[in-house]
Amino acid sequence: MLDLILFEPIREIFEYPPFFFEVLIGGLLTGVMYALVALGFVLIFKASGVFNFAQGAMVLFAALTFVGLIDLGINMWLALVLAAGVMVLLAFAIERVVLRPLVGQAPISLFMATIGIAFFLDGFGQTIWGSDVEVLDVGIPDGPIIVGGLFMNAFDVYAALVCGVLVAALALFFQYTATGRALRAVADDHTAAMSVGIPLNRIWTIVWAVAGIVGLVAGIMWGSKLGVQFTLSLIALKALPVLILGGFTSVPGAIVGGLIIGAGEKIFEVFWVGLHGGAAEDWFAYMLAMVFLLFRPQGLFGEKIIERV
Amino acid sequence: MFYFETGQYKTSYAADQQIFPLVQDRVGIAVIVLLAFVAVPLLASPYWLGTIMVPFLIFALAAIGLNLLTGYAGQLSLGTGGFMATGAFAAYKLTTAFPELNIVVVLLLSGTITALVGVLFGLPSLRIKGFYLAVATLAAQFFLVWLYNKVPWFTNYSASGVISAPPRDVVPGVQVTGAAASTEAKYLFVLTLVVVLAWVAKNLTRSKLGRSWMAIRDMDIAAEIIGIRPTTTKLSAFAISSFYIGIAGALWAFVHTGSVEALAFEINVSFAVLFMIIIGGLGTILGGFLGAAFIVLLPILVNTTLLALGLQNAIELAGHIEFMIMGALIVAFLIFEPHGMARMWQILKQKLRTWPFPY
Repeated sequence: MLDLILFEPIREIFEYPPFFFEVLIGGLLTGVMYALVALGFVLIFKASGVFNFAQGAMVLFAALTFVGLIDLGINMWLALVLAAGVMVLLAFAIERVVLRPLVGQAPISLFMATIGIAFFLDGFGQTIWGSDVEVLDVGIPDGPIIVGGLFMNAFDVYAALVCGVLVAALALFFQYTATGRALRAVADDHTAAMSVGIPLNRIWTIVWAVAGIVGLVAGIMWGSKLGVQFTLSLIALKALPVLILGGFTSVPGAIVGGLIIGAGEKIFEVFWVGLHGGAAEDWFAYMLAMVFLLFRPQGLFGEKIIERV
Repeated sequence: MFYFETGQYKTSYAADQQIFPLVQDRVGIAVIVLLAFVAVPLLASPYWLGTIMVPFLIFALAAIGLNLLTGYAGQLSLGTGGFMATGAFAAYKLTTAFPELNIVVVLLLSGTITALVGVLFGLPSLRIKGFYLAVATLAAQFFLVWLYNKVPWFTNYSASGVISAPPRDVVPGVQVTGAAASTEAKYLFVLTLVVVLAWVAKNLTRSKLGRSWMAIRDMDIAAEIIGIRPTTTKLSAFAISSFYIGIAGALWAFVHTGSVEALAFEINVSFAVLFMIIIGGLGTILGGFLGAAFIVLLPILVNTTLLALGLQNAIELAGHIEFMIMGALIVAFLIFEPHGMARMWQILKQKLRTWPFPY
């Protein structure tokens, strides 16, 4: 038994290292997709201190809207713009209807409110667009490619590229635009930001809109990988352990956390439990996050939590 | 005028510390319990008893359990489904291994096992809180359900992964589980357990332990400084809450559905129970009952409304609309009445007291 858990998988890894590296790279590329979802969480958490449980539902809703618009016969690029517009409208609605009345409430109340938003969006999206599994093909090439003697999935590589571009764009946005600076100011200190005249409500709307658009990108990528369906909402839950690992307030953390979780669960799945039932991908990320939390509650790159009475 | 406490004097400490200090409350509770034990089984149809009252009571028990943890001790948990599954599978393993054990003993033991599992998954609460803890409890949800689904030992190597409750008597001659058990017997059995456990929970929250839970909830560092041990307090909340939830899970599998697979306790169950305590009222025992009644009745209400509107075969649509209503209600309650329906009842009582004058 001990041998089966401790040594056998290691032996397997060393027996044929290229296979291990293929699994590793496959995992890392999946991790990038997790990071894509996690980014949306980080944006909102940084700017408003709200832990947005509805990010997964936003991913599903955005993807459903996008596919639904395409099914109506609308050109793909126009559909993309329209779906982005819908996400911006959604951000306005959430800020006005949910966040504004709850200003000053305990963070945990806001968190539970976002669970409510998640349920509402899941139901709303599927009421409008139906709950069938929709195939989404935006023309990203799929299939195996060989890089340096290792098999990879072309789709995953493109997804990684998209994620990289998105992160770079967000970093530039945060660093060099007036809105980005205001966002960072709000993230640092709500009260101080308000006192120098930054409109908090508008910042929140912007941040939720940006998170919605990030969700749209994530939804399109995940949707073309797995089909647009309800499970997208659950996959997005995986972003939570990613965040825990990376730290809630750090964009690089979200990416590194995504990579660790993606690679870790693939390797664990293939070499450890693959032969004994499988499907450990369902829980590995959460377990890893839980054990990690015991030792480093603020995550890899998070700010140290200081508490006062 | 209807809820007047005038003239009810307390002359001893015992009288002052009663669970229900008002005569009106005592009479009201007695009438409700009497109605539940006598009138409901006599008057309700088997459909009402079996598909509404029994799930309502079981969910109320789970909600009370979660409320002890989340409402009283302030530790947010999304692992309720996993703990209910633990209770169900523990009861199944126990009763198949020791068929001569009384079903009540089996239920209590499976609750105890769930309590141990709950403590294990409650360990991170010593380091983290709030939504960090919520994510950590997701680990319990996904891992436990996966475990019971994938490891055949838990289902006694059943090919389908489904466990079926064997017929068991609570007292000789009165079957409460299995296909032959009558709906009335099941209902009365669940009702008795829920009434006793709710009474225990209500008293727990008024005890030293309950007060230390609330101190930890309101400000953990301050509580620690005035001498409340966070370790034992938090872990005891996890243990007792899981005990309740485990029994609820075992009842769900044994008495309500009769046969169940691990996937029946998926994450949506956790959310449903969480919604019950938010809508019902965080930090109240009454809230568990109100919230459970609401969430159990909501799908039936939506379905009937859709049927009345002439939409046949709209099961999927009904599901989605249910989701929407539930989500919107959660947000609405958090904004307008964060203390839930239990608080509304309080307000109503106050109104009754002063009626017909405003003050």
